[in-house]
Amino acid sequence: MKISLLAQQLINAYQRGFPLCPKPFLHLAEQFEVSEQAVLSCLEQLLESGVLSRLGVVFDHKQVGASTLAALCVTDEKLDYVAHTVNQFSGVNHNYVREHHFNLWFVVTAPNADILQQTLTAIEKSTQCEVLVLPMEKSFHIDLAFPIDFTSHSDNFPEPELVAQPASLQGIA
Amino acid sequence: MTMTENLFHQQLFAAVEQGLPLLPQPYLAIAEQIGASEDAVINTLNIWQQQGLIRRLGLVVRHRKLGYCANAMVVWNVTDTDVDDIGDQLAGESVVTLCYQRARVLPHWQYNLFCMIHGKDKATVLQQLADICQRHQLESIEKEVLFSVKAYKQQGGRFSSLNKQGKALITEDIAHD
Repeated sequence: MKISLLAQQLINAYQRGFPLCPKPFLHLAEQFEVSEQAVLSCLEQLLESGVLSRLGVVFDHKQVGASTLAALCVTDEKLDYVAHTVNQFSGVNHNYVREHHFNLWFVVTAPNADILQQTLTAIEKSTQCEVLVLPMEKSFHIDLAFPIDFTSHSDNFPEPELVAQPASLQGIA
Repeated sequence: MTMTENLFHQQLFAAVEQGLPLLPQPYLAIAEQIGASEDAVINTLNIWQQQGLIRRLGLVVRHRKLGYCANAMVVWNVTDTDVDDIGDQLAGESVVTLCYQRARVLPHWQYNLFCMIHGKDKATVLQQLADICQRHQLESIEKEVLFSVKAYKQQGGRFSSLNKQGKALITEDIAHD
């Protein structure tokens, strides 16, 4: 995937500190000496290609709701089915297979602790698997806005493997 | 909690958790959507940022798409007396993007300290981890490295009880990748 110079500059300058002013994209445009439309088009392309998840507000989870990391131990033959079942719950995100006895890892988010618990219980019921619940007790460091190294393989990033959901499971739960 | 103080805050929270629109005046667009003024939107977001409710405002990237495909979750079994010191040591390492203490679930799960290393390839990440262990004399601590091999879902968390539109926000503790 080709990442333009402007895109590289925007990503490494504005993972935080996006301007809170009426015309923020114009502010960026002036900084990088391009047009406002060029900045908007560049960000639209990044969104379309999936590089950009969003131009977003990142909240402190402890102040806005409840969440926990959770894991399941699933046999290989049931993995696809259970993973897609877990995916149906709207509060679930970042559902990954990892190399371990506990092989399916996901995060459950909810507006409050009660709804979080209800969701975990519902996941156990629908997957017939015991959920390992690992709530955070203390945060030492959170910073996913680290500088991106565009120097290596910048023209040829491998596409991540994101498993599509079978149509038969869409709309459940 | 600031969010529940009034309807305007709840509506603003629900609106921005979907991400800012890519329009010349994004705050005005949000203001019109929820029936507020552009000033009120900007000022409130500013206050939330100062209060720490907003951790950051900016581009949320998918690291896998940028070649960061070796995503290691390293889990450690650290004594309760050492966990703060070792947590701080790991947090101070530039390659460590997230570091948390989590509850043990005995007898199924003995690990209480988690850190993430996002790298471009496995070998590099394992070498970085070995260097960290050597630097802080952590070699004797029981640990496991869980690389992600497949992603079934990648999206942000969903916290607002107002948001019915299937969109999401990201908080960084959950944005593992």
